[in-house]
Amino acid sequence: MPKFKKEKSANVPEISTASLPDIVFMLLFFFMTATTMKDSDLMIENRLPKADQTAKLHKKNYIMYIYAGKPKDNYKSLGAADRIQLNDKISTVADLRSFVITERAERNSEDEKYLTASLKIDKEVKMGLVQDIKTELRKVEQLKVNYTTNQGNPVSK
Amino acid sequence: MAKRGTPPEVNAGSMADIAFLLLIFFLVTTTIGVDQGINRLLPRYEETPAVPPINERNILRVLVNKDNQLLVNEVPMEIAKVRETAIAFLENNGKGTCSYCEGKKDPNSSDSPDDAVISLMNDGQTSYETYITVQNELVAAYYFLRDRESMRRYGKKYTEIEYVANDPASKAVEGLVEELEPKVKKIQDMFPMRLSEAEPKKSN
Repeated sequence: MPKFKKEKSANVPEISTASLPDIVFMLLFFFMTATTMKDSDLMIENRLPKADQTAKLHKKNYIMYIYAGKPKDNYKSLGAADRIQLNDKISTVADLRSFVITERAERNSEDEKYLTASLKIDKEVKMGLVQDIKTELRKVEQLKVNYTTNQGNPVSK
Repeated sequence: MAKRGTPPEVNAGSMADIAFLLLIFFLVTTTIGVDQGINRLLPRYEETPAVPPINERNILRVLVNKDNQLLVNEVPMEIAKVRETAIAFLENNGKGTCSYCEGKKDPNSSDSPDDAVISLMNDGQTSYETYITVQNELVAAYYFLRDRESMRRYGKKYTEIEYVANDPASKAVEGLVEELEPKVKKIQDMFPMRLSEAEPKKSN
């Protein structure tokens, strides 16, 4: 009886992918706004300690970054001692002076007083090195520093 | 006249690919910002720093040794207790001249917040993590007192006022910095942050 014959659907209707670009663009914009550009490849380990009495840093153009830590596994040739990294180079404490002066020269004098040194130091680093960095910064009158940390309560472990 | 059919559709299939490509590019080249931390102002460098005469009771000595253990005024202490110890010390108000303090007025502790000095000393082998933890607790003590005073006077936390007053972006708003700066100064004068760091002992 043809009347009751089940009608076969000719083909499955296609899923419209027209809105897919919109979704992806939304994700894209989220990441563009929520993240910052990586400016240098770190050759050292950099696991920041935790703290909760933190303040947000101001805009990026008022900040210079000073990294310190042990060399990563693929940079074993640098030895096992704690090292300083400025921009892309492994440096010594003596290089800090010229680094700060270059960073200052790159900004106009209006912004200079807001210039902050962000110290991104691995939590395993010994205080001897940190103290050397601070003494050098004091000598070049870069007095505004920020111990950059991850958010979290350091006492409850 | 030619019959008008439906207009030909633009194929948007590859749009998703392009967007994905961009997305992956941004995922790889960026990091989620972690840019916050403890702000501190270093003292100016001097070859021979002058030693001002400070009464022993006005100093809270915090010592961290190479095994990351703490000694506060010659007594071993857990890091978790540092904050309350520092708060009690700062607003002790031994002289009774500080009207906004709520301390115990112990004659063997600090005279007034203006005189109280916290001295932090590390060993060269102390780990940076411990240093930041101690630093965090001591700064927290100051911020606790400043926030309390600021809430009482202006109904706003000190940390918020200070951030806005120092933000370069605040210059765009007419009179905002001028309004906030005296308030920041006032609170800072009530609880001046006298947190001095002694040179670490070299232990070899």
